[in-house]
Amino acid sequence: MTVQGIGAAVRRKEDRRFLTGRGTYTDDINRPGQLYAVILRSPHAHARILKVDTSAAAKMPGVAAIFIGSDMAKDNLGSIPCGWLIKNKDDTPMAEPPHPPLVTDRVRHVGDQVAVVIAENRNQARDAAEAIRVDYEVLPAIVDTASAAKPGAPQVWDQAKNNVCFDWHLGDKAAVDAAFVKAHHVTKIDLVNNRLIPNALEPRAAIGEYDRATGDYTLYTTSQNPHLIRLLMGAFVLHLPEHKLRVVAPDVGGGFGSKIYHYAEEAIVTWAAGKLGRPIKWTADRSESFMSDAHGRDHVSHAELAMDANGNFLALRVATIANVGAYLSTFSTCVPTYLYATLLAGVYKTPAIYAEVKAVFTNTVVVDAYRGAGRPEATYLLERLVDKAAREMKIDRVELRRRNLIPRDAFPYQTPVALQYDSGDYQSTLDIGLKNADWSGFEARRAEAKKRGKLRGIGISTYIEACGIAPSAVVGSLGARAGLYESAAVRVHPTGSVSVMTGTHSHGQGHETTFAQLVADRLGIPIENVDVVHGDTSKIPFGMGTYGSRSLAVGGSAIVKALDKVVKKATRIAAHLLEASEADIEFKNGTFTVAGTDRSVPFGSVALTAYVPHNYPITELEPGLEELAFYDPLNFTYPGGCHICEVEIDPETGTTEVVKFTAVDDIGRVINPMIVEGQVHGGITQGIGQALLEACVYDKESGQILTGSYNDYTMPRADNLPSFTVETHNTFCTHNPLGAKGVGEVGAIGSPPAIINAVIDALSPLGVHDIEMPATPQRVWRAIQSAATARAAE
Amino acid sequence: MPTVTMTVNGRRVTGEVEPRTLLVQFIRETLGLTGTHVGCDTSQCGTCVVHVDGNSVKSCTMLAAQAEGTTVTTIEGLANGDLHPMQAAFNEHHGLQCGFCTPGMVMSAIDLVNRNKSPSEHDIREWLEGNICRCTGYHNIVKAIKAGAQAMAGGKR
Repeated sequence: MTVQGIGAAVRRKEDRRFLTGRGTYTDDINRPGQLYAVILRSPHAHARILKVDTSAAAKMPGVAAIFIGSDMAKDNLGSIPCGWLIKNKDDTPMAEPPHPPLVTDRVRHVGDQVAVVIAENRNQARDAAEAIRVDYEVLPAIVDTASAAKPGAPQVWDQAKNNVCFDWHLGDKAAVDAAFVKAHHVTKIDLVNNRLIPNALEPRAAIGEYDRATGDYTLYTTSQNPHLIRLLMGAFVLHLPEHKLRVVAPDVGGGFGSKIYHYAEEAIVTWAAGKLGRPIKWTADRSESFMSDAHGRDHVSHAELAMDANGNFLALRVATIANVGAYLSTFSTCVPTYLYATLLAGVYKTPAIYAEVKAVFTNTVVVDAYRGAGRPEATYLLERLVDKAAREMKIDRVELRRRNLIPRDAFPYQTPVALQYDSGDYQSTLDIGLKNADWSGFEARRAEAKKRGKLRGIGISTYIEACGIAPSAVVGSLGARAGLYESAAVRVHPTGSVSVMTGTHSHGQGHETTFAQLVADRLGIPIENVDVVHGDTSKIPFGMGTYGSRSLAVGGSAIVKALDKVVKKATRIAAHLLEASEADIEFKNGTFTVAGTDRSVPFGSVALTAYVPHNYPITELEPGLEELAFYDPLNFTYPGGCHICEVEIDPETGTTEVVKFTAVDDIGRVINPMIVEGQVHGGITQGIGQALLEACVYDKESGQILTGSYNDYTMPRADNLPSFTVETHNTFCTHNPLGAKGVGEVGAIGSPPAIINAVIDALSPLGVHDIEMPATPQRVWRAIQSAATARAAE
Repeated sequence: MPTVTMTVNGRRVTGEVEPRTLLVQFIRETLGLTGTHVGCDTSQCGTCVVHVDGNSVKSCTMLAAQAEGTTVTTIEGLANGDLHPMQAAFNEHHGLQCGFCTPGMVMSAIDLVNRNKSPSEHDIREWLEGNICRCTGYHNIVKAIKAGAQAMAGGKR
């Protein structure tokens, strides 16, 4: 480890602009002659549009244009595409209904886009939007996941019978059925994985711009992946060629998945800018975010675990209904399938697994990946099931886990659900977790809390995830319509400073620092001399962006590959300058040396020589020092670990306080431990949010979103949380050059079951053995009361 | 349209505003000081916190007209060139990730320390109830504010 290299807790380079108010988020950008767009959204969950009357609105002050769905349809624009084709059990393709940026005939969720009003300023656009008259014929709506596919439910799409998008499965059904026949005991569980709203703190925004002189379009947008937006919007929706479309994702205020997808507003402002020849800005109100950002989770599952008499897992059977919302968002279909069912082995050597997933359309906003995406759902199901199995088998829950963990010497380990884990050490992360949480001392704390009238509980989760997405060939065979490699260009400037152009995007992850550390480590230059450029398709090579904890494992590996090429070429230049054989040149701490001599040349001199090639092997080597690399991983990466949560519940109010949270994660090579800890803290907090506070609630009759503001949707706040105890215990990924696995999602994946298991542990003395997320005070209080009533009746 | 005049970051500014213009709109759109953010429309998130006559205020809860004659400090006006000790503490303790809540957090934290020179973790967490962060889990923000309070008490500001 050097002072600024791999492993150093370097303070972030990007902080200064954020701390002084000089960040540039999309809404901070103002273009000359800019107009403002306001989207008129459906107030109904499901309705036929009979008539849209814009005549009064069009005459309002400042209005430049109003467009409705038929205006866009006239231009033969395409549909917003779904990026992943899932096939049904019978190998037929999923139902894939159209998704126009502005609807024409029917609205399918509250917040659906009906019209866009463009005016000189935002207030004028807003006033005019209110003056548009839309006649709706309101239709019955379905918002409930569990009942969407039942006969008689309102139909969201004519082409999706019984609202089924796909009915998919994975695993060996016959082997699972046979194992269940032989089982000593079967534990069954029914679970809801609550629907969440990602709520990145920066609302989505987009500015479309068109240059009539050149025919060039520019879109500034709040995106985690500008090239993906350019591809999806350019090739599929607006039919603009890539060389005439630039997409810029400047500073982005958090994403958590919700800013991966191509959204209607991006296409609307870009298309309308072409029509009007002026830049057009749209910025969401938070209320709009609640009804137009992709939501997350929303599963209803039944699972069964077969065990022998010693508690060895024999087989797992899972049936899940997943809500995809009213349309198919970019990655919506892979989340409840290949990012979910493939994780159902968890950290356990369960030999046979069979999972069925039915995805359903409902009259709700789209559901797509939210931090963890499929893997939190799998982890929650498994870890709740294992705890319940332990109770039923009367085996200690830690002991039951130990008996079934994949052993250290079993890697690479092939699961029965398609994945091959390359490395891990689940015994050690469990042992360290138990020690750090003082698991063995818990009963004394429970007793002490009882004296204070509090119910104290402790819960555990041992988890794995698959991230670093992904090998293109593998995902392609599974239905992905894109490759998932990453790109990097390393440009060494004549005086030896470096720019790194990466296809990943940083919206809180600190790439400007960690990626600079990779360069500093390799080239021996200070991170101050390294600039990391991202987020602008006109500046960076084609790359896939940031999600699935892939930036370091995939994007970082691309940087390493580009650095390899830079060092290789620089070594040849140095050999020439030192009049030595290339094989004799050593490069260390920024200096090229002829091995065994004191003859050396610093990196900066080599860089200068590359650009001022007076004394240069010009017949063998091109001038310049800039290299491009693409990295396509051979496998996913597999972070894992152990999360332990301790709670205290006030039985009088049902309020749950997280008093201690301990995480021990295996995330592979750590570049910056300070940033790693921050990522884990944030993930755990979103897990606590899911387990105790957050839920998106739709009214089952009207389809209205009842949690459409921060007054109603409970975001985790500082006074809901403790400080955390986090540690990493790392085994290295075996197939990427850094050994990196990824850390962005582990906190949100491992934590929810640990929290709920703790709540159940606290309540079990009262006879409560199940509670749904979020375990709000009301739910906990009711569970306590109904258990008391049941006891009284006995 | 009515005119409002106030002192922002030491500079006397005047602008024409519609009566419904919020202080945050005046700051961002009229003055072009985009460090003050808008993260919600219900005065919950705290990304728009500025100081009005020395007190932290959510600038989305106040009309620009109500700020007539006041002295306003935004994140851009905290320090001249260098970092305020609270800003430096956020950097040192990794109290920010995406940066969007950060200006509001810093402005709010400074007001806390102005009122309570040595806040406990509990004090800080209670005070931050009106500032939402989706990235950090608050752990490092709390650490940063504790350290920032010590640095401020050290006489730096």
